[in-house]
Amino acid sequence: MSQSFNQEVVERLKAQFPKSIESINEFRNDVTVQIQKTDIVRVCEFLKTDPDLAFEMVIDLCGVDKYRPEGRFEVIYNLYSLKNKAYFRLKVLVDENECVVDSVTSVWSGANWHERETYDMYGISFAGHPDLRRMYMPEEFEYYPLRKDFPLMGIPDSIPLPRKK
Amino acid sequence: MALESLQQDGFLTTKLDEIINWSRKNSLWPMPMGISCCAIEMMATASPRFDISRFGSEVMRFTPRQCDVMIVAGTVTYKMARVVRKIYDQMPEPKWVISMGACASSGGMFRSYSVVQGIDQFMPVDVYVAGCPPRPENLLHALIALQKKVENDRTIGALIHGEKIFIPDTPSAEHTVQTA
Repeated sequence: MSQSFNQEVVERLKAQFPKSIESINEFRNDVTVQIQKTDIVRVCEFLKTDPDLAFEMVIDLCGVDKYRPEGRFEVIYNLYSLKNKAYFRLKVLVDENECVVDSVTSVWSGANWHERETYDMYGISFAGHPDLRRMYMPEEFEYYPLRKDFPLMGIPDSIPLPRKK
Repeated sequence: MALESLQQDGFLTTKLDEIINWSRKNSLWPMPMGISCCAIEMMATASPRFDISRFGSEVMRFTPRQCDVMIVAGTVTYKMARVVRKIYDQMPEPKWVISMGACASSGGMFRSYSVVQGIDQFMPVDVYVAGCPPRPENLLHALIALQKKVENDRTIGALIHGEKIFIPDTPSAEHTVQTA
């Protein structure tokens, strides 16, 4: 990915959403743009439908638990443009007491299972998701395993085993 | 066995337990519960090179209703545990279980919230096999060990002599976890 294309994407985003961008970070030609949570769907829609940028693929969507009082969780969107052969990363902060982000399944339907996985592991809900069930853990499981305050060996008896007889 | 008497007299005398156990142990039909990489070694065990049919166990049935021994080959997660138990409950008595490999026996390298730390937490196990994954020879060794165990079963003799024997309950609904 060329540095100039990175600059182009950032300039276009700045022009289109001047108030949405919270921070821009570039590290070894990898650019990460942190945007406001409320604007995520609009920004994604723009990145996908703009004919010059054409980020048509969501490579991955995941959560991060930073385990801090403000903005505890991050949701990361890794995008790819087949036309420009370029990656791009978006980031939003999510508070623990308001653990909801708008779903981007309306933009990329491929985000469906990624969002389910993020919900299963971190407990971050995705508003507008068509089928927000757990991905890996049993449906009746009450915890979110990849949160930093979840013990590695789990919580005893939280998942029932069949009785031995 | 007194084959000479069979030739001369046309019959032989033995114990009922002996003849039943002899026939049972030489045709243990496995239920291949292959869940992860151990299943590859289990398949190799059935291949001509290792040839599990030398021990009468080549008839791998993919329905539990026709099986005698379940080979649990792989990592059993909590979510999978209820499935394994459900299949085990459908096997007809008498039945045995081989816990193949470190994962099935103890959780193995997966010391985590999602993996059952040994299948003996929710079902009986007759033979544990060490290894990650065990070599096919090791699985065959477990099968031979199980044959020795079957050979020494004396259910009929105990019944005749009025000894207390263990007769397992038929599985009922309360054995299995209700899933939503």
